[in-house]
Amino acid sequence: MFEIGLTHYLVVATLLFVMGIFVMITKRNAIGILIGVEMVLNGANINLVAFNRYNGMSNIDGQITSLFVIVLAAAEAALAVAICMNFYKNLNTVDVDHGDTLAG
Amino acid sequence: MKLLTLAAPIIVVMLVAIAPAFAVDTDLTLSEQGIQRSADGGLLEALMFYVCAAVVLGSGLAICLSKNIVRMAVYLFGTLASVALMYFLLLANFIGVIQLIVYAGGTLILLIFGVMLTSKSPWAKFDVKRNELIAAGVVCALFACLLLFVVVNAEWPLETDAVVVGSSMTQFGVGLLTNYLVPFEAMSVLLLVVMIGAAYMARQE
Repeated sequence: MFEIGLTHYLVVATLLFVMGIFVMITKRNAIGILIGVEMVLNGANINLVAFNRYNGMSNIDGQITSLFVIVLAAAEAALAVAICMNFYKNLNTVDVDHGDTLAG
Repeated sequence: MKLLTLAAPIIVVMLVAIAPAFAVDTDLTLSEQGIQRSADGGLLEALMFYVCAAVVLGSGLAICLSKNIVRMAVYLFGTLASVALMYFLLLANFIGVIQLIVYAGGTLILLIFGVMLTSKSPWAKFDVKRNELIAAGVVCALFACLLLFVVVNAEWPLETDAVVVGSSMTQFGVGLLTNYLVPFEAMSVLLLVVMIGAAYMARQE
């Protein structure tokens, strides 16, 4: 009970990941979908850091990989917000269901 | 409910503030209070882990259930800050700090600005059909069951009992300038490209 191991962290990461997928599926707001993506990336990042910790910490490859994930997530968020602003400028809403101009 | 919404970020910030005290990597004696951490990781670590896990999953669930985009962003702060707390518990000090600065400080503000710039009223709601919610819930629950089954039953071939060295900061700096130099430089080019691209896309004609 009081011994916190790898599995504890993996369970939390799994649940966060799945909740992120749920948010990505159910939200109509483009920014809401972005929030779901951030949750998924955080779930994956917990996995990386937890495996690094419980694999002995003789190297820190997992932590460096998670640093790259964080940087990519920040870059992705900046671009996605710019895309949302363009979307809003063109369609006057951020409801992703309205972005069907190219649909046949 | 409103009080809870207001209090949650404050509680998270307080937890983050006291986290390093619990993330001490060996069984040090906290001489001021005379508290001895037990050698097996101890009750405090377990307590901190369960508090973090509760905040992560609770605010994650709140994001799933909330219809208001601004509330969702506030709950996301709870998730991100307690994930940072988990990094401290996992002895990843640098990653925890970066998580707080980049995610909780930068990305979240960007998201909130995005919300404000892209709706006439920041409280605008987008309704989702009930059957869509149910379908998504069933799919995600099944997926969660599958993943949890795998995670709990798997045998990970870990190098146990390795010595935990003190701070990982030195290893981090050396790693970034030796083994990971190429990805590090590629990342800096990528950030430049993203900066130009985002500024170009968000410009006003």
